[in-house]
Amino acid sequence: MNMSHETWIDIGALADIPREGGRVVKTRAGCVAVFRAADDTVFALDDRCPHKGGPLSEGIVHGHSVTCPLHAWVFDMGTGTAQGADEGQVGTYPVRVEAGRVLLDGARLMQGRAA
Amino acid sequence: MMAEKLVIIGAGMASGRMLEHLIEAAPGRYDVTLFNAEPRGNYNRIMLSPVLSGEKTYADIVTHDADWYAAQGVDCRFGEPVVKIDRERKIVYSNQGGVPYDKLVIATGSAPFIIPVAGKELPGVCTYRDLEDTNAMIAAAKPGAKAVVIGGGLLGLEAAAGMQLRGAEVTVIHLMGHLMERQLDPAAGYLLQKALEARGITVHCKGATKAILGKERVEAVLLDDGTIYDADLVCMAVGIRPETRLANDAHLEVNRGIVVDDQLRSSDPAIFAIGECVEHNSQLFGLVAPLYDQAKVLAATLADAEAVFRPVQTATKLKVTGCDLFSAGDFADGPGREDIVFRDPGRGVYKRLVLEGDKLIGAVMYGDTADGSWFFGLIKDGTDVTGMRDTLIFGPGFAGGAKADPMAAVAALPPEAEICGCNGVCKGKIVSAIEGGANTLDLVRASTKASASCGTCTGLVEQVLAVTLGDSFVMPAAQPMCKCTDHTHEDVRRLIKAQGLKSIPAVMQELGWRSVGGCASCRPALNYYLLADWPLDYRDDRQARFVNERNHANIQKDGTYSVVPRMWGGVTTPAELRAIADAADKYAVPMVKVTGGQRIDLLGVKKEDLPAIWADLNDAGMVSGHAYSKGLRTVKTCVGSEFCRFGTQDSTGLGIKLEKLLWGSWTPAKVKLAVSGCPRNCAEATCKDVGVVCVDSGYQISVAGAAGMDVKETEFLCAVATEEEAMEVIAAFVQLYRENSRYLHRIYKWVAKVGLDWCKAQVVEDLANRKALAERFEISQSVYRRDPWAEHAQRPADWAPMMDLTREAAE
Repeated sequence: MNMSHETWIDIGALADIPREGGRVVKTRAGCVAVFRAADDTVFALDDRCPHKGGPLSEGIVHGHSVTCPLHAWVFDMGTGTAQGADEGQVGTYPVRVEAGRVLLDGARLMQGRAA
Repeated sequence: MMAEKLVIIGAGMASGRMLEHLIEAAPGRYDVTLFNAEPRGNYNRIMLSPVLSGEKTYADIVTHDADWYAAQGVDCRFGEPVVKIDRERKIVYSNQGGVPYDKLVIATGSAPFIIPVAGKELPGVCTYRDLEDTNAMIAAAKPGAKAVVIGGGLLGLEAAAGMQLRGAEVTVIHLMGHLMERQLDPAAGYLLQKALEARGITVHCKGATKAILGKERVEAVLLDDGTIYDADLVCMAVGIRPETRLANDAHLEVNRGIVVDDQLRSSDPAIFAIGECVEHNSQLFGLVAPLYDQAKVLAATLADAEAVFRPVQTATKLKVTGCDLFSAGDFADGPGREDIVFRDPGRGVYKRLVLEGDKLIGAVMYGDTADGSWFFGLIKDGTDVTGMRDTLIFGPGFAGGAKADPMAAVAALPPEAEICGCNGVCKGKIVSAIEGGANTLDLVRASTKASASCGTCTGLVEQVLAVTLGDSFVMPAAQPMCKCTDHTHEDVRRLIKAQGLKSIPAVMQELGWRSVGGCASCRPALNYYLLADWPLDYRDDRQARFVNERNHANIQKDGTYSVVPRMWGGVTTPAELRAIADAADKYAVPMVKVTGGQRIDLLGVKKEDLPAIWADLNDAGMVSGHAYSKGLRTVKTCVGSEFCRFGTQDSTGLGIKLEKLLWGSWTPAKVKLAVSGCPRNCAEATCKDVGVVCVDSGYQISVAGAAGMDVKETEFLCAVATEEEAMEVIAAFVQLYRENSRYLHRIYKWVAKVGLDWCKAQVVEDLANRKALAERFEISQSVYRRDPWAEHAQRPADWAPMMDLTREAAE
């Protein structure tokens, strides 16, 4: 990859994401779900459950986990790993908040998608 | 050696501490000139709260008095604001003239953030920063005066408590869901709110200030939700921002604060900055501990010694007498992090430790903070806590023993708390029955009637038995609500009412939830229980809802949604059908389908199109059909006496009336009705949750049918003569279900549990109770009988993707 540096993309204000909720960022290779936990930590994951493709962005957020709206698989939003008896993994992307803006790492987005 | 000229702008706590260190390390090294915009020297600003509350005076909190400055030979320019820094010629200008410097320290601190609302400049609006603000609040906070504090953080709460101690009626308005959200998690925030409310302070969370009202001076505060609080004084304590104007004008590097390196040096090597005005490694500083560290480092640097500023962990305590809280470190949830939670509902104690690997990284405590500094030490030192993990939460003095008691919530109930709602039996009566020999559930039932009717309080009665009898009573195993708690759904519902719990964090704290924020199973259930029990107090938590109810549409397997407009009683018009057809064309709806409930379903609508299609359907007079809700779905009808030669009554008319009565209500699970105009029953009313079959003499109401996973005929509830009676019985029955059933149980499951006879006794035989139930249903409907589509159609941006990167150029 030719990108060694991070390219942070401003995707909007933190206030645009409801607490304990998620929003979607569309990319060419599919949607990324951006979540805001009750403590204002922000996460970015592939918006696609490995089970049946459910949109994780529409799941119920509890603590730092999200439950898929279609069949209730639970994912750790930090690692993207399915919890409990289910086995599966979704991609995660570096995301951070600066001065109330949510920044998503565009370089990692491209790498993650190309892999 | 000639003394160098050191000019300091700002006589606050950071620069004051720095001066002390510098004079000690290098006496006589500098000629010091100290500017301060306030007409006084350094005082302990963080002790203004005890001054406000009357526990201290200004004289008690002065750090450096005139004698001290004179003894150190400091040239004091108090009340002389600096207006400009000339870096080229190294001169600082105040409103009185210029002073040259060799080295300059900017310690301008921070300025309170003023929210940009109408009325912010009215007399009577103040901030909470300095002695002038404090004196303004002391003057205003007379007994009986009304004060509003905007901001429920550290500063705002100290202002509120101080004014309340002086006799004012204080209201705190806080934008976030719980108080002090930067230092506390929701559970601790809830306990704090409870403690403040207990001392008479009104707390309004999730309150956004819209305007400050008043003509000559402040009179009231208006919130976005329409609430108005009368106010003789308004204190804005919503946050601070670094005061960087001088540095900006001098073209120093400034981000959010004045950018400094590890020696507190700005982008100009002759200029340093310290305190709340600086930004170090992208971090700002508001608490005093890191400022004192900065003071040490800057004094050493100015004395040509080597020193490096490394911010350390800080701990927070609230300086409000009687509110014991403590937080330190990082207590956000995170991957690889684990929580140890301890709750003692009876004593109002909450402790939470956050571990990462073998180390403690954060702690939040409320009610019992005695071990706070010990935990803080473990966090700062990065101590390996593996060996003491089992007993860590009990603190350093732990010597083995007690486990958290799952029955603490019931044990803590006062004797007058009602356990059995049906028969009005309180805890004290049950306890005396048990002490009188009733040592089994059946004996308690026989002697007190507790849990002898609907049975939903059985679990609680058993817990009272266990608490009273100790080990001699063996609790039968009951299915807990979810893995977050040992309580059953029924126990939780009963305790919400008995303890007056009105928020999700309140339930989780008082009932000893084991998880931090619940799970996808208990959060929707608690949200329902709270809105059903406290329709006027509790506000629906949209984020605790399953996707379909959150988005007011049913999600399909491909992530699109279905849209079903309401057709009252299954009756439509050519105009409505045209509007539906137009919407289907306009939004390229892939399938238009007639449903089993006599509605039209538009399937395959994209999420971002939902607000627009709703607006179009609203324009044609249609509202949400709630085809997605645990609530009233449809009232299906046949044509009835108006057209049908067999019809005995106006079944369509009654169906429409029932639907207009019930629509918008939330119920434990979906509710479907039907009204048939004669016993031929073309509307299939006898397999619905509630069915009405019209006969010549009136209306036969039957309930608890099913036609899904289970198929079951309805059971006869009663026959009534008039439409009005039918409607009152049905509203009362639905309310009985709303108040008593566990979440997700359809009516037929709930009736199987409580028994049809019990339902009949409540809504058929006891006319006063029927009326009361119908009235409570109407109170709830005054909040929920409205179209959610109309509300959300106003905010289309919330439904679109947050950002579309597909149109960005490739790398």
